[in-house]
Amino acid sequence: MAEHNLSPEAQGMADALGVDGDHAGASAGMPQLDFSSFDNQIVWLLITLVVIYFVLSRVALPRIGSVLAERAGTITNDIAAAEDLKQQAIDAEAAYEKALVDARAEAGRIVGETKAAIQVDLDKAIAKADAEIAARAAEGEKAIAAIRDSAAESAATVAKDIAKDIVSAVAPGKIDAKSITAAVTAKMKG
Amino acid sequence: MATEAHGAEDGGLVFHPMDQFIVKPLFGNGDVGAFTITNVTLWMALTVVCIIVLLVFGTSRRAIVPSRSQSIAEMMYGFVYKMVEDVTGKDGVKYFPYIMTLFMFILVSNFLGLLPMAFTTTSHIAVTGVLAMMVFLAVTILGFVKNGAGFLGLFWVSSAPLALRPILALIEVISYFVRPVSHSIRLAGNMMAGHAVIKVFAGFAAIAAISPLSILAITAMYGLEILVSGIQAYVFAILTCVYLKDALHPSH
Repeated sequence: MAEHNLSPEAQGMADALGVDGDHAGASAGMPQLDFSSFDNQIVWLLITLVVIYFVLSRVALPRIGSVLAERAGTITNDIAAAEDLKQQAIDAEAAYEKALVDARAEAGRIVGETKAAIQVDLDKAIAKADAEIAARAAEGEKAIAAIRDSAAESAATVAKDIAKDIVSAVAPGKIDAKSITAAVTAKMKG
Repeated sequence: MATEAHGAEDGGLVFHPMDQFIVKPLFGNGDVGAFTITNVTLWMALTVVCIIVLLVFGTSRRAIVPSRSQSIAEMMYGFVYKMVEDVTGKDGVKYFPYIMTLFMFILVSNFLGLLPMAFTTTSHIAVTGVLAMMVFLAVTILGFVKNGAGFLGLFWVSSAPLALRPILALIEVISYFVRPVSHSIRLAGNMMAGHAVIKVFAGFAAIAAISPLSILAITAMYGLEILVSGIQAYVFAILTCVYLKDALHPSH
């Protein structure tokens, strides 16, 4: 801003602003170079900086720092807790798997035992049944033998009677009953 | 500020892009004394209020799951904290509150200055100069306290050939003392230039034919200024960290 701005209009502006002539002369160029306002600016700047510094260092920064630290701590704790829970879940799964395997083994053992017990009973029952069957078969055979014997006897008796009848019919009185019986018996044995 | 109306007074195109930077008393028409309540006071107080609302009231619930305002406060905290830690290392972290103070003051002042009718405190070389000198003095004193005369090793480039070292030392010393100048003018210049350019475009808006273009240009500049506001606060803070690192570890 050159000197020509320091015209009546600039003076009027300065008056309107309530700045006295000396200031208007300087501020018509660069207000930044108006040294008369420096002390004022510097005083207020220092007051401002001190206030900001105390607000920040006493209240704001410790608070924000603690909030950030607390958050970091919370996150770390949560991650640790999550790790812990995950480990617990893994442990629980392992325990479950182990229980399952144990139960399987136990079941297998029980099945084996039961099978063996049943086998013993079965063998016993089979042996008993075999014995009974053998006894029945022996009885039956005996009965069959008796029946066969009686049948053979009956057949011998019938044969003797018939032979006697035939002999007496063919040659009555010539041959006695005793010899006929002996002959029949001999014939049947042969 | 609030003097755009002057352009209309005499009908022609009159620009007063720098009027927005005038320091004037808030009450009455008196002189600007050291403790006069001025627009500087007002806008610095608003800066303090904004910072308290954002960083104190915004975090008052101390929620594990943050609200929106708490997220912003935490983001600011994390951003500056990480910057300090990355640049200066672990032993620089204890200076974090100071750098956070500078960063928040500059950032909020820059953004408040973008409000229409606002006064931009950080556009004044008096303000940024004090900020830069505070950083410069603090870093220099800290450097000598921490390292004693070893701090001078900062200027003695031991990796350079011996013949070159005195010359390099001279350059290093000059660049060291230019630091507060560049540090302060960079911030004030950026803030002032952007605001002044917006005002110039606004002055053109008095011509009906150009006004649509002017408004477009103001919009574009405003977007750029938002970017610049954030970047300049970041640049100021990170340069402070770099200077702090030089003070803590002066070896090259």
